[in-house]
Amino acid sequence: MAESRDSISNTFVVAIGVSLICSVLVSAAAVLLKPRQERNETLYRQKIVLEVAGLYETDADIEQRFADIDARTVDLASGDYVESMDARDLDAVALSKDPELSIAIPAEFDVSGLRRRSIYAPVYIVRDGEAIEQVILPVYGAGLWSTMYGYLALEADGATVRGLRFYEHAETPGLGDQLEKTDWLAQWPGKQLYDASGDVRIEVVRGQAPPGADLQHQVDGMSGATLTGRGVTNLIRYWVGPHGFGPYLAKLAEEAPRDD
Amino acid sequence: MTDVRKVLIEPIVDNNPVTLQVLGICSALAVTTSLLPALLMCIALTSVAAMSGAAISGIRNRIPNNIRIIVQMTIIASFVIVVDQMLKAYAFETSKQLSVFVGLIITNCIILGRAEAFAMKNGVGMSFLDGLGNGLGYSAVLIAVATSRELFGAGTLFGYEILPLASNGGWYEANGLMLLPPSAFFIIGLLIWAVRSARPKQVERPEYQIHEVHRTEVL
Repeated sequence: MAESRDSISNTFVVAIGVSLICSVLVSAAAVLLKPRQERNETLYRQKIVLEVAGLYETDADIEQRFADIDARTVDLASGDYVESMDARDLDAVALSKDPELSIAIPAEFDVSGLRRRSIYAPVYIVRDGEAIEQVILPVYGAGLWSTMYGYLALEADGATVRGLRFYEHAETPGLGDQLEKTDWLAQWPGKQLYDASGDVRIEVVRGQAPPGADLQHQVDGMSGATLTGRGVTNLIRYWVGPHGFGPYLAKLAEEAPRDD
Repeated sequence: MTDVRKVLIEPIVDNNPVTLQVLGICSALAVTTSLLPALLMCIALTSVAAMSGAAISGIRNRIPNNIRIIVQMTIIASFVIVVDQMLKAYAFETSKQLSVFVGLIITNCIILGRAEAFAMKNGVGMSFLDGLGNGLGYSAVLIAVATSRELFGAGTLFGYEILPLASNGGWYEANGLMLLPPSAFFIIGLLIWAVRSARPKQVERPEYQIHEVHRTEVL
């Protein structure tokens, strides 16, 4: 027995047999559980949209709450709404891989390493009566290890941050994953995206943001996660910049009621 | 029957994989800030330990000696992936908190240790029970650590308020250290001390004795 067990033929039989059975087991689990996992992920994304909008309550029905938010499709290049496309089924990340429905990002704009983006993107508009109270934009881009996906909520002026949340990333546990932590995210509300000349100025600095005129554009870095912070800077700069939601936000700012 | 009892019950206190063998510490530090993820981690690890023990034992007489570790790892990794997929489907948000640590069960020394030390030499049923017992031993420690960390660090258990926090108008001043990884070290250390005081047999003999030199002694 001992001899045949250690023979080369038996080694191959066991190696191939074990690999085959294990791969069937793993793929069966992955395929069978996929629909449930996808539903969980959709629900989780909707929960994050509600959270960033400040509308999430622990016991509320997420889907129902989410349905109350006005989801619109935007043509990013012109900044106009596209009425013929339903924003609820629009997955901008998936579309960015479709050659028909995406465009290449010119290198000078591609600060976040995305290479392509979808022509259309969804925006989520929270209204107070008729007036727009806030808009929520999907944003994503390269971090240190992974692509980070999140939502950025802006005031109706299209320039003041109301909140930021991430729903998926694979940054270093314990360091980069501070970008999920509420105490870091709590710095974002009130920050200004653009400077007086209209250029994107928002930035996650290294260490602590010094007091001064730039403080309204700067957020403290996460200690031990400078590169993740830089990734956050880049992805926000891309998505609110001229090649991202810039044209849309400019139109939003024109329509917004002014305080002064 | 006594064998079954021995295999199943002994790893919980008398031969605990964490407190006696000091294995599986890294995940015990990482996932014990609150009780719910710790409990999920226990279920995941226990089921992987039991199933992989049974599976490896089932083919133990066919596994060639020179590739036995890689065969064990393949089987363990497959079960871990299946468990991870199940968690993503049925306990999504907690599985997000556990992040990489479910995947890291593959490298948990308890699982490979039991596969190599027990499942390769014993029958399917016994190996299953041995995995179950060791998983429960690990779980006992994890739950003890997570309970004290969540209770004293956040004043809650399973997210429900037990000790009203001073910051919310209660009387309990939360101990922030409990939420940081080093506190798990302290608690596990205290646990090992407690178990070894109760069961002096577990105390290891010192590797060397400090020899006191008296002034009158000639060296």
